[in-house]
Amino acid sequence: MSQRALDRLKERFGDAVLETSSFRGDETAVVDASRWKEIAEFCRADGQMQFDMLVDLCAVDYPDRLPRLEVVVHLYSIAKRHRLRLKARVGDEDAEGAEIDTLTDVWSGANWFERETFDMFGVKFKGHPDLRRILLYPEFEGHPLLKSYPADKTQPLIPYRTEAEAGVPVDKLAPFRADEGMSFGRKAWSTEKDES
Amino acid sequence: MGELTAPNRVEMGGSEAGFATTKVNDLLNWARKYSLFMYPFVTACCGMEFMALTSPRFDLARFGAEAPRFSPRQSDLLWVVGTISQRQAPVLRRIYEQMMDPKWVLAFGTCASSGGFYDNYTTVAGIDKIIPCDVYVPGCPPRPEAVIDGLLLLQDKIAHGDRTPRIVKPRADVVPKDLVAASDLVRGKKERRA
Repeated sequence: MSQRALDRLKERFGDAVLETSSFRGDETAVVDASRWKEIAEFCRADGQMQFDMLVDLCAVDYPDRLPRLEVVVHLYSIAKRHRLRLKARVGDEDAEGAEIDTLTDVWSGANWFERETFDMFGVKFKGHPDLRRILLYPEFEGHPLLKSYPADKTQPLIPYRTEAEAGVPVDKLAPFRADEGMSFGRKAWSTEKDES
Repeated sequence: MGELTAPNRVEMGGSEAGFATTKVNDLLNWARKYSLFMYPFVTACCGMEFMALTSPRFDLARFGAEAPRFSPRQSDLLWVVGTISQRQAPVLRRIYEQMMDPKWVLAFGTCASSGGFYDNYTTVAGIDKIIPCDVYVPGCPPRPEAVIDGLLLLQDKIAHGDRTPRIVKPRADVVPKDLVAASDLVRGKKERRA
């Protein structure tokens, strides 16, 4: 069903649709980040697409790829009852310089999703009316859902009590062995390619 | 740790009958431990268990900790119920600082006690990192019985003027023998003796 939407997208935008995939009615198109907003507007306005609902907007960090980040949008058409997933790849190997157009003019619901994506991944949405952190506090440094952010690194807003004040040890004890718990997050991600 | 001491008796004595003598501190502590006004700082799912605890089935009012006060200035016991995020930490600290002495803190549940499984950027790994804590009740969430156990531990500590942190540890209930016999009778396991 939304295979037709994919075909229409390819027909209309040609080379700007980098790749498409389809799995059990789950259609995905990876598109050119520079034409992101144009494509979104078409998806919303076109009579055969009519994607009038923005279900979700988020990002994914692939530390081994370049561009490193992928901004993902899930669309649903209430009128046509079909779905589509759009992706765009942004950011260099340090996840810096990730910029993409905002979709708040197309779906106003994108506002907070984009703020969250900025908060967690540092993707800058050009033209967003109020691009601030939404979940974390302004003092927070870095973007915690990037794979390069250490999984157990905290940034307390107020200083912790010292052991002398508390009378008991207050340091965090290691709850797990190295291979337990969030060991995947303790892996040090390196963006340099292996020579071997 | 985790054990109740013997009840703190007020010794009756004196030369004249009809008089009771005690130390002022003991009397004050006795009064304090049965009139804990509580401030519920409820942030997460443990709040559901807190509601069960304060409702009639478990009835926290039996132990004198009945009245919640949603002003820290009128409360004695700060219940920290649920996960404390880094963003909430200054708020919790401020609430604690606004409470009048004497004041006590009870960490309700694993997240408040140690951060639980939240070992990451969002969460304060235990409220004792930011405020002193008197009793830790682990559990995800703890059963109301465990929390009542914690409250009794706290009352015991108040009676003795003890401020060292305590932990509620799981322990088996001691069931009196005649109670076992009575319940067997009810279930029809034993014949009624002639």
